[in-house]
Amino acid sequence: MDYFLELLMGGLTRGSIYALIALGYTMVYGIIQLINFAHGEIYMIGAFTALIVASVLTMNGMTGISVLILASVVAVLYSAAYGFTVEKIAYKPLRQAPRLSPLISAIGMSIFLQNYVMLAQTSDFLPFPNLIPDLPFMEHYSHIISSAELIIVLTTAVVTIILTLFIKFTKIGKAMRATAQDQEMAMLAGVNVNRVISNTFIIGSVLAAIGGVLIASHIGRINFYIGFIAGIKAFTAAVLGGIGSIPGAVLGGMVLGWTESFATGYVSSDYEDVFAFCLLVLILIFRPAGLLGRSTAQKV
Amino acid sequence: MKTLMEIKKSVLISLWFILLTFPILVVRVNTIENVVEWRWRNMAFIGIGSFLLSFAWRYLLGRKERGRKLAEAGSGETRPLSQRVLEDPRIYRPALAAVALFALAFPFLFSSYQTNIMTTALMYVMLGLGLNIVVGLAGLLDLGYVAFYAVGAYSYALLNYHFGLGFWAVLPVGALLGVFFGILLGFPVLRLRGDYLAIVTLGFGEIIRLILENWNEFSFGPSGIANIARPGLFGLKLSLHEATVYLYYLMIALCLFTIFVVNRLQDSRIGRAWIALREDEVACQAMGIDKTKTKLTAFALGATWAGMVGVIFAAKTTFINPASFTFLESAMILSIVVLGGMGSIVGVILGALLLILTPEYLRAFSNYRMLLFGTTMVLMMVFRPQGIVTNVRRIYKFRTREDRGEPSQA
Amino acid sequence: MQNVLEVSGMTMNFGGLRALDAVDLRVRQGEIVALIGPNGAGKTTFFNCITGIYEPTDGDVFIQPPEGKRRRINGIKINRATELGLARTFQNIRLFPNMTVLENVMIGRHCRAKAGVLEAIFRGGGTRREEQEIVDYSYEILVKIGLADQVDELAKNLPYGAQRRLEIARAMATEPFLLLLDEPAAGMNPRETEALEALIVRIRDSENISVLMIEHDMRIVMSISDRIFVLDYGEKIAEGTAVQIRENPIVLKAYLGEDFTVNA
Repeated sequence: MDYFLELLMGGLTRGSIYALIALGYTMVYGIIQLINFAHGEIYMIGAFTALIVASVLTMNGMTGISVLILASVVAVLYSAAYGFTVEKIAYKPLRQAPRLSPLISAIGMSIFLQNYVMLAQTSDFLPFPNLIPDLPFMEHYSHIISSAELIIVLTTAVVTIILTLFIKFTKIGKAMRATAQDQEMAMLAGVNVNRVISNTFIIGSVLAAIGGVLIASHIGRINFYIGFIAGIKAFTAAVLGGIGSIPGAVLGGMVLGWTESFATGYVSSDYEDVFAFCLLVLILIFRPAGLLGRSTAQKV
Repeated sequence: MKTLMEIKKSVLISLWFILLTFPILVVRVNTIENVVEWRWRNMAFIGIGSFLLSFAWRYLLGRKERGRKLAEAGSGETRPLSQRVLEDPRIYRPALAAVALFALAFPFLFSSYQTNIMTTALMYVMLGLGLNIVVGLAGLLDLGYVAFYAVGAYSYALLNYHFGLGFWAVLPVGALLGVFFGILLGFPVLRLRGDYLAIVTLGFGEIIRLILENWNEFSFGPSGIANIARPGLFGLKLSLHEATVYLYYLMIALCLFTIFVVNRLQDSRIGRAWIALREDEVACQAMGIDKTKTKLTAFALGATWAGMVGVIFAAKTTFINPASFTFLESAMILSIVVLGGMGSIVGVILGALLLILTPEYLRAFSNYRMLLFGTTMVLMMVFRPQGIVTNVRRIYKFRTREDRGEPSQA
Repeated sequence: MQNVLEVSGMTMNFGGLRALDAVDLRVRQGEIVALIGPNGAGKTTFFNCITGIYEPTDGDVFIQPPEGKRRRINGIKINRATELGLARTFQNIRLFPNMTVLENVMIGRHCRAKAGVLEAIFRGGGTRREEQEIVDYSYEILVKIGLADQVDELAKNLPYGAQRRLEIARAMATEPFLLLLDEPAAGMNPRETEALEALIVRIRDSENISVLMIEHDMRIVMSISDRIFVLDYGEKIAEGTAVQIRENPIVLKAYLGEDFTVNA
């Protein structure tokens, strides 16, 4: 029974990270119908930035939770900046182009960023300091769930709630929803579409960075390639839940996290990544609208 | 003043990039020795580089906009000068002859090592031409093309290992397996739209690689298969150098074969159907084209070449493992097609040679190989989506009824 | 005079939205039939249901080529409909923009030719003859349509009116017995519309092709239609000759609203 709970919690944790990254995918797709291939790299850059900042700080004597906070803040800022810049360079010039062009551009950007980090830093795995503090009251449950895992899940929950409230009640959120529904009409109604799109990328990148810092802390090491795998899996989660839907991204993340956790726990751990890819392929073929999405008919 | 404003903008952009790249490019953390390395030189590069590049970027974007406005106003597309130069028989015939001579003499002019590199480049030419059918002609963004490449390679490696089958016996098998897997992987994705199709094919590619990596009983897992036999020449024993040269000429022959077949396909009923499919799927169906059959044919025919090149790859390197068949390979081949120009044979050849040979010959660049691929894809899409060689439509010779000697209509 | 197209009780629901409600329509051989109605009445949906883009929720579609059997084509595949002799144009022009004018028409010949992959690669005598026939036939059509001097122009570079005519030429290349035109006169000036009128009549007379057209331009509708069917909110509200429809109060109300009264 304990094993089951452990897998359950593990799946929840994984799912939370996937959800954080998936939110970025789903929001961007909802607004400009683009699969932001480079999003996984933003997550990776967030983790790297946090690592660099944390290392510099600890080498200069700082310890404790302030390192975590500073590293996270810087990582978030930088990821937002990267997301913003990538959009301006690789996607904005292609707004009017046929659908395949920005996708190819996104793939190119993804490869570029991976190799940029690899060449600038290293291709090895870098150890990531454990920044997440151990919560004393968690000792009882440490066989099922660790402090880090709890923090990850809670953070994700809080962030998702904030995001939902933001989208629903703020002016920017309203503008984002309008642009997602009908870009031209939103523009005619006075919405600064360029800014809305930039904001979407920024918010998505912020979430991915949070995920990056958390998971890097938890797993303890990162390299330039983690963005690719996490990106694909998060995209799977986004599609599973219904691309363009925020609750869908979270739901999809959880389903994927649990699927992976239980499959690797009870079936086989070698084929871990295969589960995600198979799930992705199956959903796209049989139910591309996802769990919470609605299939839209194409007007001929 | 306009230039002052532009300089100001570029300075700001330069500052932005300096800040942006600071942690990753300037700071390097050495956790073993617990030191931090500060690479200020990189910052200078970024500063100056981004300053200059921002000017170039703005200029090129402006040019693209002007070009598009002209086209929209309907001034028509005149064939660019470079195209007309290339098509002039007085120029291209001798040029082609010179290239042919050079290609044939290559192994005798250069070392074994160089010949090997050329062979690799030619393999990518063939891969590019194959993917060109799927992406360039039919417009189906296949990100899992490497799966067919892996199928070909492993089929030769395994058949050679288990049954001792030689290269020439397996080459057609590689092609046939390509067709088979092309149909197999193409079938589920028929109904999918552009970006979903791309992701699913990517998924397929990764699934195949992961299976090869983990199903040890079948594929020997990550350690791969070694001691694969080289292509034989009537049973003669060839030295390493001779085998390299032999393989080179083999590749030349196969490339010529590929060019011939792709050219024929492009200029045929099925070729036109592919282009119609790419241009407008619904209208294409409305004109009586069976979309399913057309898509599957594109997948299958595209995969054939990858299957064959896979066999050659296994024979050339005599050792294969799943690490050679990652998504990055598919992306590389895609960037060749994108650079060359979707649908253009000459373009793909040039693109392959450029993207494969540049990192090899400019040794300083070789670490930056993948960076080059990524950058190419982005830049080509933004500035020249039609590729380096624009695909020009064919001019047909038609005959009216009088020409054919039939009575003309009243 | 047989019916080349017979639609009975066609109903089309999109989820909760009823786009077409029990519509009946017939096109007799050699007729030019117009399908009119206010915007959103379901006219293009009707076309889409006949040609296989949608499968009608209810009702039947029968076709009968002049020398062929009567056939039920509900839910048929789009390309099969064309093979059987139904060709169409689109409301928002759907040409192949990066192919030349001639090639666009040549695509229309696809379903009337046979060459496959092996034939393409080996290109024997038969294949070469077939290719040349495709080229010649397409050129002939362009001569008839009046686009012969622009054969090598890319379709996207053509002026609007020429693009509409090219779409018709492409549809004709499929050798249809029934041509479905979706707003062929949209965006045309009066001179172009007149030329279009003449073209459609010529197509019907010399090629023996029946025509079903959706149109808003009442001039062309009244001028060349043998019969007119009127749709409003997915229902057929009237059917008749030009004279009958022009004075039908139900039709006038649908177009102009409740308060309009006809001055006799």
